[in-house]
Amino acid sequence: MDLSPLWITLKVSFAATVFVFITGIAAAWGVNNLKRGKAVIDAVLSLPLVLPPTVVGFILLIALGSNSPIGKLCETFGTRLVFTWQGAAIASAFVSFPVMYRGIRGALEQVDINMIQAGRTLGMKEFTILRKVMLPVAAPGIIASVVLSFARCLGEFGATLMVAGNLPGKTQTMSIAVYTAMQSSNRELAFKWVLIIVFYSLFILVVMNSLASIKGGRTK
Amino acid sequence: MNTLKVDITKKLGKITLRSRFEVSGDRFALLGSSGSGKTMTLKCIAGIEKPDSGLIALGDKVLFDSSRKINLPARKRNVGYLFQDYALFPNMTAFDNINIISGDRLKTMELLERFNIADVADHKPSQMSGGQCQRTALARMIASDPEIILLDEPFSALDNYMSTIIEREIMDLLETFDGPSVLVSHDRNEVYRMCDTIGVMDMGELTEVKPRDEFFDDPTSVVAARLTGCKNISAVDDSGFASDWGIRVTLPAGSTCRYIGYRAHYLERVGKEMNGEANVFDAKVERVIEDTFETAVCFRQRDNDSSSPDSLLTWMIRKEDVDEMVKASSSGNLFLKIDPGHLMLLER
Repeated sequence: MDLSPLWITLKVSFAATVFVFITGIAAAWGVNNLKRGKAVIDAVLSLPLVLPPTVVGFILLIALGSNSPIGKLCETFGTRLVFTWQGAAIASAFVSFPVMYRGIRGALEQVDINMIQAGRTLGMKEFTILRKVMLPVAAPGIIASVVLSFARCLGEFGATLMVAGNLPGKTQTMSIAVYTAMQSSNRELAFKWVLIIVFYSLFILVVMNSLASIKGGRTK
Repeated sequence: MNTLKVDITKKLGKITLRSRFEVSGDRFALLGSSGSGKTMTLKCIAGIEKPDSGLIALGDKVLFDSSRKINLPARKRNVGYLFQDYALFPNMTAFDNINIISGDRLKTMELLERFNIADVADHKPSQMSGGQCQRTALARMIASDPEIILLDEPFSALDNYMSTIIEREIMDLLETFDGPSVLVSHDRNEVYRMCDTIGVMDMGELTEVKPRDEFFDDPTSVVAARLTGCKNISAVDDSGFASDWGIRVTLPAGSTCRYIGYRAHYLERVGKEMNGEANVFDAKVERVIEDTFETAVCFRQRDNDSSSPDSLLTWMIRKEDVDEMVKASSSGNLFLKIDPGHLMLLER
């Protein structure tokens, strides 16, 4: 059995989660500090959550394709994003971004406002307050968001398929492998992948959850 | 020494906050019931809230000026604000809470020693008592080297015993602190012990600003009189008839007051023969409420059939005198005299 879909899925999900973690924190903090236009910007950032994956895939194809500015820029470096694992990672990132962003935003909003204001009156910079107080206090919620968006990346199918295609050994992730196996009537292979995905998802969720409870217990 | 100047307005739901006062070297108190806008005033000074219009200045430094569109961020105001619930960083130990502000381990150690919390230096706020949390918050505030100290009901979350100790520590701190301070409180005793000048806030309006002694001896409004602890207040007409009490009193000539207040410990028992004279009334004991060391006795003028709580005069007396007074009341032999010299004349 070719295990490459497992490694590709891990690589894609990990890259996407790291990227979404950083942008998610920045976006959550930025939106929380907005004085106006919060509702609109929040809606735009959350859009991939409700859009059909095919729509996200279509938009990404146009944005990253060889006729787009980004596609052309990549070509000058002799590389491309469409039909590569990097493209799959970008698709996963788009789809899982709202999960991360909304979770972190909620966690940061839970931080006692008095504490933040105390930090301000004590002369701390906003970024120091974020780094030293808000993020550590919100850690359990943030870890939960990471777990959820990583899980979302693992299960990503539609947008990835449209952007990265189904190239075995290159862009074929596990969820796509299940689909491909079924298409070619290879039920046995499909069943194996299903089992692997279920156990591997469960395992990661349990590990992350226990991490979150340790961290949460310490800050309380 | 820096002078704090505040002259601000801010709309807060139904009421409008109007605060105007100056604090120079002294300790200033904002006294008022909850929801009167005193904490909001403090937050505006600290830069946590933004007034709608007005001016806030500390010495030469303008903190807020709506006409010049100046609104210094809280971080740059150099204002020490002690929060009601301490607002310590829960993820840090006492040491780290102070050290992140002082940025100097030696200074942090000194502060821990000075505020008597060296033994809990490596405890997190959740492992400390209320008093230790409050001391850490104080030390952290001093670590930021403030030019002014703002105290928001600093004892409200402490038990009686602890608040006495912390109060003394804050007093010591303020005595050595070279700058103005503002205390927000609803407790008249606390304010009396700690401050030199008192401002009363009522429904968002800062109504009276007076030196402490004048404030307690001579309040000019019903709100202020209540805040000073005066329990007996009645409306009064020009002829001197206190309508709530049903007692005629002698007002000073030319007085325009509409209410009078009276501290009952100035009441004096007189003989039956004085009945009918001005300021003397036939008293009936209506209720006796035992307190820890004293007993509150509520009187009503015998012919007054009002059932309003304002018609009662409350006098705190020694426990051993209660029985005699109740006995005299039931045999119709209790006559009390109000000393017109001790009446508080209240204009509104």
